[in-house]
Amino acid sequence: MGTEEIIWNGVAAFLVLCIYTFLYKDNPFYKFAEHLVVGVSAGYFAVILYYNGFVPKLITPLKQGQWVYIIPAILGMMMWTRFSKKWSWLSRFSLAFYIGSGTGFAIPLYMQNYVLRQFSSSMLPMGFSSWALFCNILIIVGVLSALVYFFFSKEHTGIFGGTAKIGIWTLMIGFGAGFGLTVMGRISLLAERVVFLREYLLELKYYLYLLFKYGLPL
Amino acid sequence: MRRTLPFALVTGVGFFMLVQYFIPKEEFEIAYEWILDWTIVIGCFAMLLGLWSLTRVNISKVQRKTPGWGYSLIAIAGLVFMLLVGFIPGQKSLERGSTFMLLFEYIYIPIQATMFSLLAFYIASAAYRAFRARTVLATILLLSAIVIMLRLVPLGPLSAVNQWLANFILTVPNMAAKRAFWIGVGLGVTATSLKILLGIERTYMGRD
Amino acid sequence: MNFYERMMNLDRRWIYLVIGLVVVITAIFPFDVPLYVTPEVRSIYDYIESLNPGDVLMIGVDYAPEVMAELHPMTYAISRQCFKKDVKLLLCCLHQNGPGMVEQVISQVSKEYNKVNGVDYVYLGYKPYPAITILAMGQNFRIPFPEDYYGKPLDSYPMMRGLTNFSNVKAIINISGGSGTEYWINYANGRYNAKLAIGVTGVMTSDYYPFLQSGQIFGLIGGMKGASEYEYLAEKAGYISKAKNQLSAYKTMPIQTTSHLVVIFFIVVGNIGFFMSKKKKSRI
Repeated sequence: MGTEEIIWNGVAAFLVLCIYTFLYKDNPFYKFAEHLVVGVSAGYFAVILYYNGFVPKLITPLKQGQWVYIIPAILGMMMWTRFSKKWSWLSRFSLAFYIGSGTGFAIPLYMQNYVLRQFSSSMLPMGFSSWALFCNILIIVGVLSALVYFFFSKEHTGIFGGTAKIGIWTLMIGFGAGFGLTVMGRISLLAERVVFLREYLLELKYYLYLLFKYGLPL
Repeated sequence: MRRTLPFALVTGVGFFMLVQYFIPKEEFEIAYEWILDWTIVIGCFAMLLGLWSLTRVNISKVQRKTPGWGYSLIAIAGLVFMLLVGFIPGQKSLERGSTFMLLFEYIYIPIQATMFSLLAFYIASAAYRAFRARTVLATILLLSAIVIMLRLVPLGPLSAVNQWLANFILTVPNMAAKRAFWIGVGLGVTATSLKILLGIERTYMGRD
Repeated sequence: MNFYERMMNLDRRWIYLVIGLVVVITAIFPFDVPLYVTPEVRSIYDYIESLNPGDVLMIGVDYAPEVMAELHPMTYAISRQCFKKDVKLLLCCLHQNGPGMVEQVISQVSKEYNKVNGVDYVYLGYKPYPAITILAMGQNFRIPFPEDYYGKPLDSYPMMRGLTNFSNVKAIINISGGSGTEYWINYANGRYNAKLAIGVTGVMTSDYYPFLQSGQIFGLIGGMKGASEYEYLAEKAGYISKAKNQLSAYKTMPIQTTSHLVVIFFIVVGNIGFFMSKKKKSRI
């Protein structure tokens, strides 16, 4: 690492440690880092939105004479009236356009991909002659019983209740798998940060060794 | 008028988007592309609402000198500095190596990544204090979780058995459970979307 | 208060200290962890291996720094494999805090392989409303992205000639830390039948097995473990190098191993303490 990288990574390492001080208790270092990231992230997003959103989708087309883009621009500016008690009703038009387009295509696609496709993929060959066929039975029983469990309009008694019970067992195994993977996910975030600190400290140690030995910054 | 016209717009645009999915005609495709294009432009304006809200809150804290207003000043300073180093150099500021990207890489990334890494400590604490095998169902959940967690632990001759069991849990009962969940999501989204299109669901419009 | 009750009322900062020490000690004294490569990760690797030079692969990078620990290694490994095989990359970002993450990866990896922007890769940039953007890209990439991330018109790039929409890319790999994956499955694969594989965080992994089984996705890289499996395959083939410190997921595996053991220990001890203190209370 060169001098500039050592300094920047040093800033990053300092901020990492500021955040970790919160584990003991809330303190000014943590609050400083927390508020700094709020401001930096807002500024970052504003710049990205301008250059990747407004410039190519509005400013450039208007400069090229595509005046029809004034219509979505007006609709977009009407969205800002939400902050005004007197004019907030104007924002309903922009919302209506967005919600209308969103809900319109959601209906066929969610039905197709989350319902019909999932049901059709559950129609599997069943049998006891091989492990795969037996697993298919478990899958079909699991899906149907979990769906029965989610049906709360009927009381879970008798055969219906028994099926719902199999459903909740299936769901619990699924949630357990999710929990195990969540632990892995959370630990990996910490692991990466600690590895970053380890590598930075090793690089810093080597940099300082070279600096004191040869007296020259890299 | 203030509610009727927007509802008419929702229904009109919504039904058009629903119907065009089934009609492969060029005129419908053109109108579909226009709607998508305009929605993205509206989206750019909508994203600014959150930014403005955040800025307004922090500015008012500084103006009223509420406790901790110094931290709001830090947030505003961070925002202003990012805007300056982002806009002054022009679009070149988005390239790696610019001051704007250096601040993103060495301030935003480490703080944000570290904040989320605190969750590892919280989950360890929750594992000790809250995860109780009080019922048979909770025990099933914990056992399933332990099998999945042991995937990453070398168990010698038991590793192959654990890997097989973990793979079975993920591809059979977990898959079945999550499938039922997604079917529920699909039906729920379809029902809610229909309610919105038909004007039954109107809460998104707010009050007069 | 008896021993078990004191155990149950332990200040959580002691727990933080234990997990912190375990992680730090393992980081100082790492060890090799054997990996079992799962079929869902191998299928993505094998598919990219089957691509020919000049083929275009799309990578939708939809994550922010908070989950980069799990997802950045996937993006790096896949990019390196593609560039080594002279497969062209088309990248986009639909998460508001993610554009810089893609810029970090593509600027570094393109330098490693002497790849040229506009010839070997194009980075489309960011747009809001992922669902609408994906639907628009399915019609024509130029609808949501008339210009790329750097502000140049897409049509000025040689690589974009002949690239109109999803039907012109071999496959899409979506690497996401949030709801972006659902949109890609629903709209890119559901509406346009785009060949899709996903890389997701550990938290999300278990949710997407139904889509793997139904064939809506052809591969799934799940969390840090999935990323290290992919890195293992890529390293065996020479696409990434341990000597160049490119195994960013794999080097955290020892920490995962010891931390998981500690969490399991906490669960067991916590339950023992709970049941013993409950037993003592019922005796009184």
